[in-house]
Amino acid sequence: MGRRVLVTGLGTFWGGRVAQALEQRDDVDVIVGLDREEPSIELQRTEYVRSDENYSILSRIVKATKVDTIVHTFLVVDSTAMRSRTMHEINVIGTMNLFAAASAPGSTVRNVVVKSSTLVYGSSAKDPTWFKEETPRSSPPGTPVERSLLSVEGYVRDFAEDNPHVNVTLLRYSNVLGPDIVTPASKALELRAVPSLFGFDPRVQFVHEDDVVRSILFVLDHDTPGIYNVAGDGLLPWSEVASICGKPLLPLPPFGMSFAASPLRRLGVELPPELLSLLKYGRGVDNRRFKRAGFQYDYTSAGTVRAFIEALRLRNTVGDPTPAYRYERDVEQFFRHSPAVVREHEEHA
Amino acid sequence: MPVPRVADDEVLSDSRLSDVDEWGRSEHMRELARRLYDPIYRNWFRVEWEGLEKIPTGGGALIVANHAGAIPSDAPAIMHGIETELHRPVYGLAEYIFREMPVVGTLWSRVGGVTAQPENAYRLLREQGQLVLVFPEGTKGTSKSYRERYRLRRFGRGGFVEIAMRAGVPVVPIAVVGAEESMPILFKLPQLAKVLGVPYVPVTANMVALGPLGLMAYFPAKFKLRVLDPIRFDVRADQPRYSRSKVMDESENIREKIQEALYDMLRARRSVWSG
Repeated sequence: MGRRVLVTGLGTFWGGRVAQALEQRDDVDVIVGLDREEPSIELQRTEYVRSDENYSILSRIVKATKVDTIVHTFLVVDSTAMRSRTMHEINVIGTMNLFAAASAPGSTVRNVVVKSSTLVYGSSAKDPTWFKEETPRSSPPGTPVERSLLSVEGYVRDFAEDNPHVNVTLLRYSNVLGPDIVTPASKALELRAVPSLFGFDPRVQFVHEDDVVRSILFVLDHDTPGIYNVAGDGLLPWSEVASICGKPLLPLPPFGMSFAASPLRRLGVELPPELLSLLKYGRGVDNRRFKRAGFQYDYTSAGTVRAFIEALRLRNTVGDPTPAYRYERDVEQFFRHSPAVVREHEEHA
Repeated sequence: MPVPRVADDEVLSDSRLSDVDEWGRSEHMRELARRLYDPIYRNWFRVEWEGLEKIPTGGGALIVANHAGAIPSDAPAIMHGIETELHRPVYGLAEYIFREMPVVGTLWSRVGGVTAQPENAYRLLREQGQLVLVFPEGTKGTSKSYRERYRLRRFGRGGFVEIAMRAGVPVVPIAVVGAEESMPILFKLPQLAKVLGVPYVPVTANMVALGPLGLMAYFPAKFKLRVLDPIRFDVRADQPRYSRSKVMDESENIREKIQEALYDMLRARRSVWSG
């Protein structure tokens, strides 16, 4: 019998890409995708379930579908995407419900992969150049995103402790860049001039979106419980990031920027507090534990920036190379359930 | 859509455009700094070394020295001397407050400054086999007034010894004479320091003599640096912790050796300006 996988955050970049990749695999029987919003990419056999933001229907889904694997990608790390209240519901309450469902009596869940972020380390002057998985933060969490991610990680740890028979893997991703994903950093690099803080040239790290998807698949294929940093090799100064992108820097005053954030937003420059502290002190995470577990990266930090900017140039010239996809419930229901459709994976059987 | 591997085991393409390393140091910037500083090193401070051959030419070592001068002039002299004579980089550990200062923090890291942080020191010494310079007195050394010159402060809590033990590297002590007189502190303004959020605000003899220019200009004191015998600890590297009393004893021992060397050098010094 193949795997039965539940993917949270199907409508996000992460969840969608992971579900797409899982669909290609014969050893995966069932993929259930959960989100508040409809998926934005084309999926062949993933079953989409609309849920509210805090997953109150989750325990019923877990029980009904008997999933053995949960890929929890629905953690919001971009504070510009929504109000902090909503983010709290999704991150903290959603994760709480997820683990409540997964640890309910009779639960069939044996593998859990959680997508966290290196935001949990913060960014301050007292930081070491490299954070290892066990290195504590050097400053208390200052923003709602960081606080909510820390609570989420607390739930993950509790769940792992209470359920030793479940493989729990927590992946902390560095700044993700790539052709498709949109983040505060990618938006900053898409501007004509790259915002920076005057007098600061912090060293930053990136991970390519393909490596992100591959890392989740890697974890599903290997028993690798534990916490892992996921980030490309190398740290590069922000000024060098701008020059790889072929763009000038736009130095902003290094102090008092939190007050300027909302007028700047109107000008199309979004600088959430997490990005501001990154632009001051940067952040490096030690990626060696995940490499020792056997994962091989396709991109370095600098290579990720290069791949990102090349994809952006192509898109600016010829438009989006992949046509936009719109989810139509009736059409999708027809393709998945109508007896008229000849399904490939049934032919194999 | 499966995610194809674009690279196998071959070396990943890395699109670096600068030579800034993970610590923020740029050899290019360092070279520029050396070129600018060399005349000061040779003609102003007329730096003289003794026992430079005791500094290892390979592998990690933790260099510790006494610290003095309102804006310390000893760190650049030690780093410049070792880099030009031994042709190996020196990373200087400094308080994180440098990192909070715009421009200064960036320049400091480009020329080899690293935030003093145990994990940073361990990685540099143990994994990368680099030379690391640290002043265990910290700002207690640089903020002391002129009449306390050449009297070493407490060496922190001996953290530098513990790091050298964990990294399995020797400690190389250096006694520095001259930095105290290059920028002597007459008195300090603690209230102003509190307002500015800096460890201390000194009023130096240079400021009295030269006005605002005195913030930048050192007096031409003769610099003499004596490298003492490297100290190796008979403990295993990579232990989770080391005996506190042993750490404190070793730290005190190193402090005393530097103090003795300083007294010895001061006994032999005929003039502050000509040595």
